[in-house]
Amino acid sequence: MKFFRLILPLCLLPAIPASAVEYNQLQVGESSVAFGYRQMGVPMEGRFARFSAQLSFDPVRIAAAQARIQVNLASIDTGSLDANDEIQGKKWFNTKTYPEAVFVSSGLKSLGGNRYQASGKLSLKGKTFDVLAPVTFQSSGNRGVFDGAFNIKRLDYAIGEGEWTDVATVADEVRIRFHLVVNAVAAKK
Amino acid sequence: MRTSPEKYTTTAIVLHWLLALFFFAALPLGLYMHDLPFSPARLHLYSYHKWLGVSAFLLVVLRVLWRATHRPPALPQWTPAMQKIAGGVLHALLYVLMIAIPLSGWLMSSAKGVQTVWFGVLPLPDLLAKDKVLGDFLAAFHRLLNYTLIFLLLGHVGAALKHRFFDRDEIFSRMLPWSRR
Repeated sequence: MKFFRLILPLCLLPAIPASAVEYNQLQVGESSVAFGYRQMGVPMEGRFARFSAQLSFDPVRIAAAQARIQVNLASIDTGSLDANDEIQGKKWFNTKTYPEAVFVSSGLKSLGGNRYQASGKLSLKGKTFDVLAPVTFQSSGNRGVFDGAFNIKRLDYAIGEGEWTDVATVADEVRIRFHLVVNAVAAKK
Repeated sequence: MRTSPEKYTTTAIVLHWLLALFFFAALPLGLYMHDLPFSPARLHLYSYHKWLGVSAFLLVVLRVLWRATHRPPALPQWTPAMQKIAGGVLHALLYVLMIAIPLSGWLMSSAKGVQTVWFGVLPLPDLLAKDKVLGDFLAAFHRLLNYTLIFLLLGHVGAALKHRFFDRDEIFSRMLPWSRR
């Protein structure tokens, strides 16, 4: 009997995590979408206040992972009050015509450990390009956290037209950083 | 007995005129640029203004050190006491402003969230965290200090010209890079 008292719980134990955990509830308040760029050689930090995402991620079934992230461009804080009005205009985001940026994932591959590489398409101001972003995933209980960053060239998307195409004033390269807190619910069987 | 006062040292003269150049470049630039619409030109001019300010501040530091370790030439004995006091106070205030104005600009940049990067290459540490209210206050303070500087400079230049052309004494030539004799 002693044998069964030891063995039985051990047999049952793996059964619990085997019911796949899917992280799919974005916690907007704890998440952030931020970006860094250089203006006259000065590192600037900006962020978007409003964004939403539909995510599904199961660490044991990463091929099925999906992400669609929408960023409300009008909610931008460029890091400089001066720039916040300007950037809504036609030369920059033209937020009246193009209110949001959308990222749609096309795949996720494991880089070992908790590191992954997400690929997908980023659409901004009517233009779409492929992007690759290294992502780390950390979880504790039902709380998962994705952190990642990737670079885009703003001129690819015609962000900053006319006199603003001068990359000596505002650098072409923009680093986008995301920190997404996503809670899990047990996947439906 | 000397008939003419001793001159300032060459280093003091060079620092004086270099700083005069910096202030005569940075002051009008500051007055002009802050009304410009947001544009690459505005961003460029703001950067140039900050680079001038940082450079001027370094020269001011050198100048203060030099002044602290080298006595300026004594004023002529016949200088009225009131003029001695007025001149001393004016010079002290100019030194205070020469230090406070670049510093207030640097602090303002930090509070506004735009780090100062000297010549676009050397980042200066941000002494304050980003804070809109503090940034606006420092901007107003920087402006007030500069209007005070303009006012005092008018007095400084006016007094120098008065010595040169009305009193026809040696006070002004003590700071001239060339000798009158």
